[in-house]
Amino acid sequence: MRYGDAMDGSQSRTVYRHRLFTRVWHWLNALAILVLIPSGLMIFNAHPRLYWGHYGANFDHAWLELPRFPGWATIPSHYSLAGARHWHLFFALVLGFGLLAYVIVGLINRHIQRDLRIRRRELAPRALWTDFKAHLALRFHDSEHPRAYNIFQKLSYAGIVFGLIPLLIVSGLAISPGMWPWLADLFGGRQSARSVHFLAMAGMTLFVVVHLTLVILAGPINEVRAMVTGWWRVPEEDR
Amino acid sequence: MITRRTLLVGTGASLLAGCDSLTDSPALLRAEDAHRFLQRSVTGRAALARQFRPEQRSPIFRVNGTGNPNTPEYNALAANRFAEWRLRVDGLVARPLSLSLAQIQSLPQRAQITRHDCVEGWSAIGKWQGPRLETVLQLAGIRDSARYIVFHCADRFGGTPYYESVDLIDAFHPQTILAWAMNDATLSVGHGAPLRLRVERQLGYKQAKYVMRIEAVASLAGIGAGKGGYWEDSNGYEWYAGI
Repeated sequence: MRYGDAMDGSQSRTVYRHRLFTRVWHWLNALAILVLIPSGLMIFNAHPRLYWGHYGANFDHAWLELPRFPGWATIPSHYSLAGARHWHLFFALVLGFGLLAYVIVGLINRHIQRDLRIRRRELAPRALWTDFKAHLALRFHDSEHPRAYNIFQKLSYAGIVFGLIPLLIVSGLAISPGMWPWLADLFGGRQSARSVHFLAMAGMTLFVVVHLTLVILAGPINEVRAMVTGWWRVPEEDR
Repeated sequence: MITRRTLLVGTGASLLAGCDSLTDSPALLRAEDAHRFLQRSVTGRAALARQFRPEQRSPIFRVNGTGNPNTPEYNALAANRFAEWRLRVDGLVARPLSLSLAQIQSLPQRAQITRHDCVEGWSAIGKWQGPRLETVLQLAGIRDSARYIVFHCADRFGGTPYYESVDLIDAFHPQTILAWAMNDATLSVGHGAPLRLRVERQLGYKQAKYVMRIEAVASLAGIGAGKGGYWEDSNGYEWYAGI
C-alpha cells in the first residue's frame, strides 16, 4: 500500500490490486470475447435456428428461431461464414489456452485461493444482504480489506472462470465433428451443444454488460487504471 | 463538426472495417493448422465418429449443396440409371481403374448411421453404405508419393466444377466410404447419385457428391485454385473441416 496526493489534493492511498499476469489475461480475454461474440453471431446467421438433440435442420422443430443479426453486431460486418470462422477459431484458441494458463498460474501464485475462494460466512443470508445493500449504495469494497473482492465479485468471477468459460469451450468443441463423440453426448447431442453454446454466449454478454456497468459506477478511470497498471486508489469513504 | 455520436459510430465502423480487412490475414488462417494438430493429437487419427441407431435418424434428411448437377452429360447418365457411369481412379496409382456401379456394389461393404454436420450449423442423421475408400485405393495400388486424394465431381457452381480432397489419414479412416446407398435405398440425385464421399469426422462440404473421378496426387497445387476444394478456393473455408 502506498500513500500519495490525489488529483484533488487530498490524501489517498493506493493498493497494488492486480498482478501483471492477471492484467494481461484480463485484456487478452476482453479482446477474445470482443471478437468471439460478434463472429459467433455471424456463424449463427448462417442457420439462425436452434434445436435440442443430436440432429436438427430446416424440417425439424426449432426451439428458437431469430432474425439474422445486423452487420454492426457481427464480424465480418458483411455476410461471410468462412470469414467469421477464421476469427472465431483463432480467438477460441486464445480464450482456451488463456484460461488454462490463468488457472495454472493462479493456483501457483495463489491468486485463486486467496482472492476467489468463497468462505462459508460470506454466503450467510445476512452477509449477502449486507453486501447487497452496500452495492445499492455503490460501495463495492471493504475499507478494512480494500484489496479483497466482495462476495458478488467472487461469485461472478469464479462463475465465469470455472463455469461459463469452460462451458463455452466444451460446448464449442462438442459442435466439432472431429472431436470426441462423447463431448456432444454430454449435452445430449450436437444440436443441444450448439444451443448451450448460444445460451452460454448470452450469459457471457450479460456478464460483460453488468461488469462494464459496475466499472462505470465504481469509477471507470480508477478501475481501468488499476487493470492497466495494477494500482488501485482506494475510494474515500463518505462518513 | 464531429459530434460524439458520429465519433462513436465512426470509431465502431472503422473498427469493424479493420476487422473485415484482417479476415484473411495469415495469422488467423494458421488457426486451422493448430486445430487440426490439436484435434488429431487428442482424439487419435483413427477415432470413430459417433454411430446411431436406426430410430435416431432424421425424419427428413435435407439436401446440402447442389440438388442436381443438371448438365447434359449428367442427365444422360441419370436417365440410364448410371449404367454407363464409371468411376475413374487414377493419378499416382499403379493400376488406374474404371469401375461400374455394379463393381462398386460387389466390393466389401460398410454401412454406418452417422451425423452429417453442415458448416452452417445444422445436422442430419442418416444411414450410408458403400465400400471403404481404402478398399478402392488398394485395388488401384496407391503409390508412396501420393499425399492427397482428390474427388472430382459432376456438379458445377457458377461454371466451376466441384471438387474436394482429403489427406491419407482421412482417406484410410475406417468410416471413410464411397456411398452409393442412403437409408437402405439407392442414392437419390439430391444426395449425390450415383456415388458420394462420406468422411465422417469432417463438415458437410467435404462430403463430395456426384463423384466421377478419384485422383491420387502429391500436391493440391494446380488443382482448381490450389486450396483443395471448391469452397476452400471460392470462399476461404478451411480445408481441414474437423471443427
